[in-house]
Amino acid sequence: MGRKAFIIIGFALLFILSFFISVGNGAVKVSPGEIIKVIFHQDKSMHYQIIWNVRLTRTIVAALVGICLSLSGAILQGIMRNPLAGPNIIGVSSGGGLAALIILILFPRYYYLVPLGAFVGALMATMFIYGIAWKGGVHPTRLVLAGVAMSALLNAGINGLMTFYPDRVVGVIGFMVGGLSATTWTQVKTIFYYAMGGTAIVMLIPRKLNILMLGDEVAVGLGLNVERTRLAFIILSSLLAGSAVSVVGMLGFVGLMVPHIARLFIGHDYKYLFPAAVLLGGSTVMLCDTLARVLFAPAEIPVGIIMSAFGAPFFLYLLRKREAIR
Amino acid sequence: MFSMETRNLYIKFDEKEVLKDIKFKVKDEEITTIIGPNGSGKTTLIKALSRCLPPDKGTIYLYGKDIKSIKTREVATKMAILPQIKYISSDITVETLVSHGRYPYLGLGQRLGKEDKKIVEWAMEKTGMMDLKEREVFTLSGGEKQRAWIAMTLCQKTKILILDEPTTFLDISYQLEILELIKELNKSLGLTVIMVLHDLNQAARYSDNIYVLDRGSIFEWGSPQKILRNDLIKNVFKINSHIYDDEINKCLYFIPEKRV
Repeated sequence: MGRKAFIIIGFALLFILSFFISVGNGAVKVSPGEIIKVIFHQDKSMHYQIIWNVRLTRTIVAALVGICLSLSGAILQGIMRNPLAGPNIIGVSSGGGLAALIILILFPRYYYLVPLGAFVGALMATMFIYGIAWKGGVHPTRLVLAGVAMSALLNAGINGLMTFYPDRVVGVIGFMVGGLSATTWTQVKTIFYYAMGGTAIVMLIPRKLNILMLGDEVAVGLGLNVERTRLAFIILSSLLAGSAVSVVGMLGFVGLMVPHIARLFIGHDYKYLFPAAVLLGGSTVMLCDTLARVLFAPAEIPVGIIMSAFGAPFFLYLLRKREAIR
Repeated sequence: MFSMETRNLYIKFDEKEVLKDIKFKVKDEEITTIIGPNGSGKTTLIKALSRCLPPDKGTIYLYGKDIKSIKTREVATKMAILPQIKYISSDITVETLVSHGRYPYLGLGQRLGKEDKKIVEWAMEKTGMMDLKEREVFTLSGGEKQRAWIAMTLCQKTKILILDEPTTFLDISYQLEILELIKELNKSLGLTVIMVLHDLNQAARYSDNIYVLDRGSIFEWGSPQKILRNDLIKNVFKINSHIYDDEINKCLYFIPEKRV
């Protein structure tokens, strides 16, 4: 109890630290003191312009995207009782990706519809997978397999599009690997309500997921409406991940990796896992995006590449070192 | 009125009838055991009773009311179930698991109250888990694990407990321990118990009533004295056997001779 509260406070400090590192670093360095000053006294200095219109929006979007994706992954791993489940499994990445690519490649004039299209595509893919897996009830294994097959099909569509229109692929790569360049307050608004709403909801219902983890029959015995709960959680995680994908592109790996890292530190009880995943997810994307900006400055690399290049080895290291994943 | 009752219950898996015309009755505060060979439909019947499997035909009554018409959360305050297939994360402690038994009484986001905590303590006391309450369930022996799960169902404060093969995977000492615990709960709390057992001697010793299933139908039911017969065992289990009187435990027991 005491130990877990301590870890969560540690993650909260990491979150705050990541925020200042992310806002403060780039072509112009800004100290934490100045950041606070700019946020609270909005003078019209150059620092204000940089922080308020460029850095802050980007950092906030990074944090919200991280929160949405890692919550989505944590929920899905629980309801599917499968450690490999993540936003990719319910077709969010491939569905959102295909929809975005259809717009970007076939109807480039309507590029501004990409966020909406990706969001709708992600939700539709999820509902389709759920529908296919339904057979008087949705068995988690059937859902995972349906998701894998459906994602392969949607990815075939993505690759097909890129093969037929090789000249238009350049503008699409940013979306494919996930990137945060050129974020504005509009994107902050797009994702803010999903991230905050999702966080508020999951903080209320960790017990339902803890009980679902005991097995369908045990959960029924305890009076949980298993099918309805599972559908509600799938919709929730699809909304969360879909809103993230619509803003930054296919960054699904966060949703798989961050919840597991959180588990390694804090265990599987969703009462602690949810806050840990929120804080760690936000921190991870903020830090990785800072690296993406700074590492090869003035050139910038998509955050998705950093995420995989640093996140995956770190995850593997934890996996070897700690034996909490059983 | 019966605690539980089914009327002309049918269950099909892909056109194959797994349960046929089941008339099953459970009296209050009795231990009712379902026995039968593999594939006779024991677990299917248990799953139907515990509302994990919807019947294709027929009705299941819980204290005279159609179980489908009662909210699942309310059912969970009248009837607890302990299925065979259960999962547990590696770091869940006994106390945490047991406290999940309070779920049907808690509102959305509501924490365990003083009363709930008292009931959790009582359930651990009752099952002898107090000394192990900080331990991770994952690290316990088979018998201790099963006791922790039973403690969870006790927290539901139900009148009925349904168990699917509670002694499977346990060695003989733990089997006895679990069955003694079930018997004790039945006596001291007036708990109505419905369970599936494989061991006919254990069924005869611990049950008030036995239902014999054979190929999806009820072959016969009644007191252990009525069920434990050479001809019945021969017909249903295809073995010749001898039946003796166990004077120490005051029950019948059988010794198998050979397959028919």
